[in-house]
Amino acid sequence: MSKKIIATASLAGCFGCHMSILDIDERILDLVELVEFNKSPVDDIKKFTKRVDVGIIEGGCCNSENVENLKYFRENCDVLISLGECAIMGGLPALRNGIPIKECLAEAYLDGPTVGLNTEKIIPNDPELPMILDKVYPCHEVVKIDYYLPGCPPRADLIWDALVALLTGSEMDLPYEVIKFD
Amino acid sequence: MNNTIKFKIDGKEIVAEKGKTVVEAAHDNGVYIPTLCNFPGVPPKGGCRMCTIKINGRFMTSCTTPAAAGMEIESNTPEINELRKSIIELLFVSGNHFCPACEKSGNCELQALAYRYQMMVPKFPYSFPVKEVDASSPKIIKDQNRCVLCQRCMKTIKTEDGERYFAFENRGNNLEVILDPELGKKMSDEIAKLAMDNCPVGSIIQKEVGFIEPIGTRKYDKVAIGTDV
Repeated sequence: MSKKIIATASLAGCFGCHMSILDIDERILDLVELVEFNKSPVDDIKKFTKRVDVGIIEGGCCNSENVENLKYFRENCDVLISLGECAIMGGLPALRNGIPIKECLAEAYLDGPTVGLNTEKIIPNDPELPMILDKVYPCHEVVKIDYYLPGCPPRADLIWDALVALLTGSEMDLPYEVIKFD
Repeated sequence: MNNTIKFKIDGKEIVAEKGKTVVEAAHDNGVYIPTLCNFPGVPPKGGCRMCTIKINGRFMTSCTTPAAAGMEIESNTPEINELRKSIIELLFVSGNHFCPACEKSGNCELQALAYRYQMMVPKFPYSFPVKEVDASSPKIIKDQNRCVLCQRCMKTIKTEDGERYFAFENRGNNLEVILDPELGKKMSDEIAKLAMDNCPVGSIIQKEVGFIEPIGTRKYDKVAIGTDV
């Protein structure tokens, strides 16, 4: 069987879900036999170089770059998975959703306790910087998502079992303990 | 034996005392029907609809319906379970339920129901409502982001004189359960703990005891809600 192609991205996430992928421990040796990584922080490939079978998205969308990246993944991946609470429901970044964006920026750059070095009181506005969105959006409210793996982070066993089932077309029997929202 | 009646849930014969509700009779006979707003010892209100069943082909709430002889009840069927899952999903999107940041995570009945009915993602869009957190009491935090308006705290948390600590405020979409500011200031540790325990979600949090139980040892970490029925 030819190797399946995988791509991963961390949008508005903390990389914890990527760390949880590494928690599959020695099964990573089996993973190498099963898949080839394309665009991913794991191998630092920046642009897709071929069609991808499974794209794995960590984090929701908090700025314009997240949205572009997510759409780029959707265009290039046959199957797209939301991995973890931030991708599924915005997660911790979405705690700002009830706060007006002006107040968030003022707290971060003008009024907060750690803004001493910002003597000119500038809110970063370089055109190179992605625009921050009005609120943090779950991935499936931006593009179509095919599967969801909840958890903060998702348990390594859940990621492994789901990936193997998806890649090999086998049945998935998820024990109660692996589906958790924290 | 005049005091007992017989009826069926999913084909299983249930023997119950007269006067019991369907959900009580089911649980007495080891048949789990999920509940959320229902609480032992207080009158049921049938608000959350989690306990929806079909009696002789009609949807009813099992917490408010007295058991009657000869009832043919459907409960654990794909149709009804899908309905229950939708109710859980609606509750998740209508509040701000950030499980990873909640002290009640692992002991939360709403979360446990989501686990039991395998909610991977709500099928409805998140509403991210703007809600307040009241931390004015020295003993508890009342977080409106997580409140499901079940009234369990209103009905069970009272002073020795029978005064309620919690009450409804506003109406319709703005309805909230609030803490009486004066009683909140005088609240004892025991009442604070009871209020937190009786809250099915993380809307009432006792101060200074957060995250006291490690992950893996909490109520619903390893065992699904309802397995003890």
